[in-house]
Amino acid sequence: MRIGLVVNPFAGLGGAVGLKGTDGPGTVTEALRRGAQAKAGARARLALSRLADRVPGAEIILAAGSLGEDWARGLDLDTVITPGSNLTGTARDTKAAVRAMGALDVIVFAGGDGTARDVASVAEGAALLGIPCGVKMHSGVFAVSPQSAGAMMADLTASPDRITWADDAEVMDIDEEALRRGILAPRLYGYARVPVSCTLMQAAKGGPRQDAASALSSAARGIVDGMEDRTLYIIGPGTSAGSVMRAAGHTATPLGVDALLNRKRVAQDADDAALCALAEGRDVRVVLGVTGQQGFLLGRGNQQIGPALIAKAGRDGLIILATEDKLTSLAHPRLLIDTGDPDLDAELTGFVRVATGANREMMMRIASG
Amino acid sequence: MTRIPEFRAAKWNEPVVMEMGRPGARGQLFPTPEDEVNEAVGTDLIPGGMARKDRPELPEITEFEAQRHYLHLSQMTLGMMGISLFGTCTMKYNSKTAEYATLRPELAEVHPYQHPDTLQGVLEIIHDFDSILRSLSGMDQFIFQAGGGADAAYTMTAVARAYWQDRGMLGQRTEMVTSVQAHPCNPATAAAAGFKVVNLPLEENGYPSLDALKAAVSEKTALIMINNPDDMGIYNPEIKEWVKVAKEAGALCFYDHANFNGVMGKLSARELGFDACMFMLHKTFGAPKAGGGPAVGAYGCTDALAPYLPCPVVVKEGDRYILDEDRPKSAGKVREFWGNVPQVVKAYAWSRAMGADGIELASDISVVANNYMDKKLGEIPGLEISNPSLDIHRMEMTRWSLGPLTEETGVSTVDFANRMADYGIDPYWMSHEPWIVAEPFTPEAGELWSKEDIDTWIGVIAQIAEEARTDPDMVKTAPHNQAIAQVRGDAFEDPARWAMTWRAYQRKIRGASKAEDVA
Repeated sequence: MRIGLVVNPFAGLGGAVGLKGTDGPGTVTEALRRGAQAKAGARARLALSRLADRVPGAEIILAAGSLGEDWARGLDLDTVITPGSNLTGTARDTKAAVRAMGALDVIVFAGGDGTARDVASVAEGAALLGIPCGVKMHSGVFAVSPQSAGAMMADLTASPDRITWADDAEVMDIDEEALRRGILAPRLYGYARVPVSCTLMQAAKGGPRQDAASALSSAARGIVDGMEDRTLYIIGPGTSAGSVMRAAGHTATPLGVDALLNRKRVAQDADDAALCALAEGRDVRVVLGVTGQQGFLLGRGNQQIGPALIAKAGRDGLIILATEDKLTSLAHPRLLIDTGDPDLDAELTGFVRVATGANREMMMRIASG
Repeated sequence: MTRIPEFRAAKWNEPVVMEMGRPGARGQLFPTPEDEVNEAVGTDLIPGGMARKDRPELPEITEFEAQRHYLHLSQMTLGMMGISLFGTCTMKYNSKTAEYATLRPELAEVHPYQHPDTLQGVLEIIHDFDSILRSLSGMDQFIFQAGGGADAAYTMTAVARAYWQDRGMLGQRTEMVTSVQAHPCNPATAAAAGFKVVNLPLEENGYPSLDALKAAVSEKTALIMINNPDDMGIYNPEIKEWVKVAKEAGALCFYDHANFNGVMGKLSARELGFDACMFMLHKTFGAPKAGGGPAVGAYGCTDALAPYLPCPVVVKEGDRYILDEDRPKSAGKVREFWGNVPQVVKAYAWSRAMGADGIELASDISVVANNYMDKKLGEIPGLEISNPSLDIHRMEMTRWSLGPLTEETGVSTVDFANRMADYGIDPYWMSHEPWIVAEPFTPEAGELWSKEDIDTWIGVIAQIAEEARTDPDMVKTAPHNQAIAQVRGDAFEDPARWAMTWRAYQRKIRGASKAEDVA
């Protein structure tokens, strides 16, 4: 298992001094001027310490200097340092460091959503594991703490039989310029492969488990079977919602929004205006997935479906798919919404049914995020 | 100072019994009948068409070889005779007195096809035990046909189906509402009976919310199936309101008493408003459990549901006990005859020995024992109780997590359980699915266990937690003192590698290895 680690030394600088993120050198300078302390390196060291404790002498590839090497000094690790280049204090540093490591199985990074996006753009199929350090962490690639990131690195190194892989972790980032103007506009940039550590089930009283993909496709078949004619079905981004497109015999747009009418595709990768035009004079249903860990239903990565469409569908018009595993492992037992319209958010608050398999649903509480 | 048990299991390279023995060896030699006997009854008692032509393929061994063989196997079971705080199973001692009662010929030699006039004694026991369970639940009729808890849950779904069909509403009442931590047999059996399953999540207080139930039930709800407390051990104080909400929607309400131990004698399902409930005689009532085989799920319901019960129902008419088969609205049988009668007799013996006061006291002891165990577990670093922020007592068990220890050491809950077997302590039960806490385990200290037993068990847990830190590889490769090392679970999901009979073994396992030899 080839594991590389890169630190974004500026990640998280803005949070403590009220800058809502640190994208771009101008913000970094401003954050440092306001007295911000860099903490990504120290958090990377916490993760590396856990790895060294668990698997002394573990092999790890590190970026040079403050991008990796500096944080592993004195730890019982077998490090390979890749040559660095002149630092620019921008995303280019992270990307160059990852590229210099060559082919990897897993890229561990210390940073936030911005770093996740940078790393994902050069990952070349490698899995991502985030050491949480950023101001914004909407992506589904982060461990819950630096220590648990270290524990995952230890499992990857010493107990690969504990690892399964998921290919549907959201890589999301907010446009920080817009955020500083008071507009929260997180975008879905793609999906990353992530390691998932799990313990093999005991066989005594348990049975074989249905895998996530077949649970979703069974649920999706049920949804397609129940579709009403002359009603517009808007299909949100993501693997879960996309399974409805596949069940209806179409390909899904992974990061975009599609629409079905009488089970035929009438829109592909559409924007809000196009969807609103299609919805004119019709009943609307919105098919959605749930983001991992955080449990966002609306307002993270699916802003193409605007408040007017959501209001038209109403809470009863939301058709939601997620596996029971995903729902029971959310940080809080809630589905979060952030439509951009506080009144609409309040209206949607309450319980919804989430399809989790064939003839199987889970009630979930919607709360505003 | 707690004494940590030291243990080393016997390890035999024991062949399977079919590969043992020698031609002509016999366990018993029967005398040849005397001529007078042959003359009186003849020598061709078995009709020619029924007599087998070939010799049966049976092992040829002596009686003491057979005993020795099974003694050896019994020494290599990886436990189940030690201290066993095996949660969700409510481990109880199965008394020898009750065992001997069921070996008496009055029970052991009767057959359900006998005329009921010759079965009055056993029918009386079934009838009287029905009365005991009525007084514990408030229900009007119990049956014992179901061969386990899941089978009793299935009985509920079958009864519900018959009930709604009788009203012409089965097409409308299509949904069953349950909770994500109710026993998995509830959603499974409801699905098997054709209902859509609607699950309620646990919320911050450790049990599903009333709001979730209100949102879930409707004119489509056929029934709700819940445990209280569920495996998290937290009693849902809103349960009466729950039943009221479900009833207002017209649904039937089923109380799965799988976790009855903490509330025995303290509450009545009927008083809480339920229409039906079930008890597991093989856990709560001291009868042995046996791998899903001879267990009993006692299913009880109100008079309103009784017409839909599987037949036969044991009823008393005057001084006689009869098997009532004439129930035209019956849901049909869920299993043959009247159930595992020896188990009913053992549960009856347990109940009579305990008495009403004894049952209630046992419940108190189990809750105290469990809370003592929880407190001691909480003192071991790396272990975490579920819902740690809730400062409320759990009842007869709760889910625990090894998550912090696993993160620190890499030792998982499976590794930990394997290591327990090295101390002659039965590995714990981990969790029903879904696993909602990391690296779960679910210990349950029932009324059987002494304080010394619980202290020994805790001592072993603390010792293994320490070993996880000092020598994680040793724990991960456990058991070391057992007859076999780690059981590989993957074979359980591969029918090609199962062999329940010698014939299947020869076909699947030997056939495969012969094919390999040729290749």
